[in-house]
Amino acid sequence: MTSTAVGDLVAQPYKYGFVTDIETEKIAKGLSEDVVRLISAKKDEPAFLLEFRLRAYRQWLQMQEPDWAALGYPPIDYQDIIYYAAPKQQAKKASLDEVDPKLLETFDKLGIPLSEQKRLSNVAVDAVFDSVSIATTFKEQLAEHGVIFCSISEAVKEYPGLVERYLGTVVSSNDNYFAALNSAVFSDGSFVFIPKGVECPMELSTYFRINSGDTGQFERTLIVAEDGASVSYLEGCTAPMFDTNQLHAAVVELVALDDASIKYSTVQNWYAGDEHGVGGIYNFVTKRGQCRGARSKISWTQVETGSAITWKYPSCVLQGADSVGEFYSVALTNNRQQADTGTKMIHVGPRTRSTIVSKGISAGHSVNSYRGLVQIGPKAVGAKNYSQCDSMLIGDQAGANTYPYIRSQQSDAVVEHEASTCRLSADQLFYLQSRGIGFEEAVSMMVSGFCRDVFNQLPMEFAAEADKLLALKLEGSVG
Amino acid sequence: MIRSDAPVLLEVRDLRASVDDQPILHGVNLTIRAGEIHAVMGRNGSGKSTLSKVLAGHPAYTVTGGSVTYRGQDLLELEPEQRARIGLFLGFQYPVEIPGVSNLEFLRVATNARRQERGETELDTFAFEDLVNTRLAVVQMDPAFLERSVNEGFSGGEKKRNEILQMALLEPVVAILDETDSGLDIDALRIVAGGVNQLASPDNATLLITHYQRLLDLITPDHVHVMAAGRILRSGGPELAHELERIGYDWVDQELALTEVG
Ligand SMILES: Nc1ncnc2c1ncn2[C@@H]1O[C@H](COP(=O)(O)OP(=O)(O)OP(=O)(O)O)[C@@H](O)[C@H]1O
Ligand SMILES: [Mg+2]
Repeated sequence: MTSTAVGDLVAQPYKYGFVTDIETEKIAKGLSEDVVRLISAKKDEPAFLLEFRLRAYRQWLQMQEPDWAALGYPPIDYQDIIYYAAPKQQAKKASLDEVDPKLLETFDKLGIPLSEQKRLSNVAVDAVFDSVSIATTFKEQLAEHGVIFCSISEAVKEYPGLVERYLGTVVSSNDNYFAALNSAVFSDGSFVFIPKGVECPMELSTYFRINSGDTGQFERTLIVAEDGASVSYLEGCTAPMFDTNQLHAAVVELVALDDASIKYSTVQNWYAGDEHGVGGIYNFVTKRGQCRGARSKISWTQVETGSAITWKYPSCVLQGADSVGEFYSVALTNNRQQADTGTKMIHVGPRTRSTIVSKGISAGHSVNSYRGLVQIGPKAVGAKNYSQCDSMLIGDQAGANTYPYIRSQQSDAVVEHEASTCRLSADQLFYLQSRGIGFEEAVSMMVSGFCRDVFNQLPMEFAAEADKLLALKLEGSVG
Repeated sequence: MIRSDAPVLLEVRDLRASVDDQPILHGVNLTIRAGEIHAVMGRNGSGKSTLSKVLAGHPAYTVTGGSVTYRGQDLLELEPEQRARIGLFLGFQYPVEIPGVSNLEFLRVATNARRQERGETELDTFAFEDLVNTRLAVVQMDPAFLERSVNEGFSGGEKKRNEILQMALLEPVVAILDETDSGLDIDALRIVAGGVNQLASPDNATLLITHYQRLLDLITPDHVHVMAAGRILRSGGPELAHELERIGYDWVDQELALTEVG
C-alpha cells in the first residue's frame, strides 16, 4: 500500500458540515468599545462584567497577535468578524418543549439528543448554538446535589457573586492576545460549580455548535470544585463547512480547591477545511486549570481532530502542596491542517506531580507540533514530571515537531521526558492484512493502538466515541 | 504417500514480478497439491521471500507476467486480506512489530476474519481465549505473549513462534513458511517443526523456505526446489536437499549461464 493509498484513506468526508437554516440575530461586523458595550447590554450584564470586558478590550488593543507557533495563516482581519450572533428565540426557555424544534433537530443530527425521551441517561448536556446556550439538561436533578450547571450567561444573572469571585482569576484578561479578545467579547459557555464535598453524580458535557459563517466564536467556561468536590466534564464541538475561515477563541478556567478533582475532556471536531486547505476553523484556545488547594487534581484529556489551525495549550498551575496535573492528548491532522498544541505544567507548591502524554498523528500535508513547558519553581520541593510525546506519521508529506521546554529552579526535581516518532509503515499494514484484516481496519487498529494511553483516560461513555471519531477520520476509499 | 491425483491447491505459472521497476522474479513455475510438503531452497537474494510476498499480495511488488491459481481461483486479483481469509498463509521471514496493537486482540480479529469466510460463528473474547489456549500448547508458548503488543520486543525466536501460533489459529489451506526455522534454538526448532507436522493434513499443503537440512530432517518434504535468479532452477525429491548440503550452490552459476544463453 503506497502512502497515497493511506492518504486517501484518512481523507474522509466531514459528517457535520450542514448548516441549520434558522433566523439569527447578528450585530454588525467589527470590533470597538461600542461593540463590547453592545454585547454586554444585549446580555443585560452587571457593571462588574462590563468593566471586565472593557479592561480586556483596552488591553487587547495594546497587544500583538503571537507569532511564535509553528503555524502559517494569512492575517486575520478582526474588523471583518461578527462578534455576536444568536438564534432568534426570546430569552432562554424554561422547558425544552419551548425550544425551537429546528435547534433540537440540529443537535439530534449531531448525535446529541436533548429531549427527555432520547437524551443520554447519565450525562447532563449544555447545548451551545452559535453564541448562545439553548438548553441544559438535568439541571434540577443536579441542583438537588447542590451542583450548578448552566450557561455562563445564566450564571452571571443567577450567581453573580460566584462568577465575579472566580472569573479571570486563572486566565487573566491580559494573559495573551486571544484570551484578551475573548474576555472582551465572550458570548456564552458553561458554568459549573460543585460545592464542598460533593461528587458530581453524573458526567457534565457541553456541546458547542458553530452555525453562522461570518461569526466569531468566543466561549467562556468556568468550572469551580470546592474542597473535596469532584467532577468529570466533557466538551464536544462541530461546525458547518464554509469556504471561509471562522475564528474561534475560547477561554476555559478551572479552579480546584483542597482535595478537589476536575477531569476535563475535549473531543474537538471543528470543520478542518478541505483537502486544499480552504475553509475551516481557526482555533485559538486558552485553557488553564489552577490546583489551588492541597492534594487537588486537574486532568486534561483532549482528542483534537478538527480545525484548520489549532493553537491550544491546556495547562495546570500546581499551587497546592501535593497537587497533581495531567495532560493526555491525541491530535490528528490531515490534508493542510496545522496544529500547535501541548501543555504547560507550572509546579509552584511542594511535591507537586504532573504527567504529560501526547500522541500526534500527522497525515496528508499537515503539520502537527507538540509544544510543552514544564516549569519547576523555587518552592516546588520534590516536584516530579513525566512527559511522553509520540508522533505517528502517515504518508511522507506530513510533518511532526516536538518542542519540549523545561525550566527548573529545583535541583531535586525529577523531570523525565521521552519522545518517539514512528511511521505507519506499509509493512505493518501488510502484516495485518496478510492475516485477513481489511486495510481500513488495519489502519484503525494501529492508530487506536497508538492512542490507547490517552483513550483510556476518557470517560467511559466517550472512549468509544473517540475511537469511532478517529476511525471515521480514517474512513474512505481505499486507493 | 504422494497422490499425484490429489487436487491442485496452488498453481504458479511463469510468474514474473518486479519491485521499484526492478525485475526480481523471472518466470516461476510451481504446482502444489493437497497433502504435499514442498521445500524451496536457494542462495541469499535468489527471490524466495519475493515469491512468498508476491503470493501473499504485498503491494510493493508488481506482477508483470504469469498467473497464480489458488483452488481454481485467480489469486492475483484478490486483496491480501482476502487471500488470507480463503486460506493462504505467509509466515514471515522478518515479522514486523506493531506497537500498541494487542497480540490477543490481533489474533482474535484475524481468526474471526477467517472464520467468517468459512461461515463459522464469530468468537467473542471468552470463546477465543479458550481456543487460543489450545493453540498455544501446539507451539508451547507462554500465554504472557498474548498480553503484549504484536511482536513488540519479542526475541527472534519468539516472533517465529508467534507466526506458527497464527498459523495454528488460522488453519490455512496453503501455508508458506519463510525461514521460520532461522533464529530458532534446537528445542524451539523441534517445537515449531512438531507444530507444522501436527497441522499438516491430506487437505492442506505447506511450502517451506529454508536454508537448512536440519529442518527438513524434522519435516520431510515431498518436493524440493532450488531457486536461483528469480526462477526455480531445479526440482527433485528430499535427496536434492541432501545433495545441496554436500555440494553447495556452485553448480547454480554454470546452469544459470546455460539457461541465460538458451
Ligand atoms: N523491496 C525491495 N527493494 C529492492 N530490492 C528488493 C526488494 N525486495 C527484494 N529485493 C531484491 O530482490 C532480490 C531477492 O530478494 P529476496 O528477499 O526475495 O531473497 P531471498 O531469496 O529471500 O534471500 P534470503 O535467503 O537472504 O532471505 C534481492 O536481490 C533483493 O535485494
Ligand atoms: Mg528471504
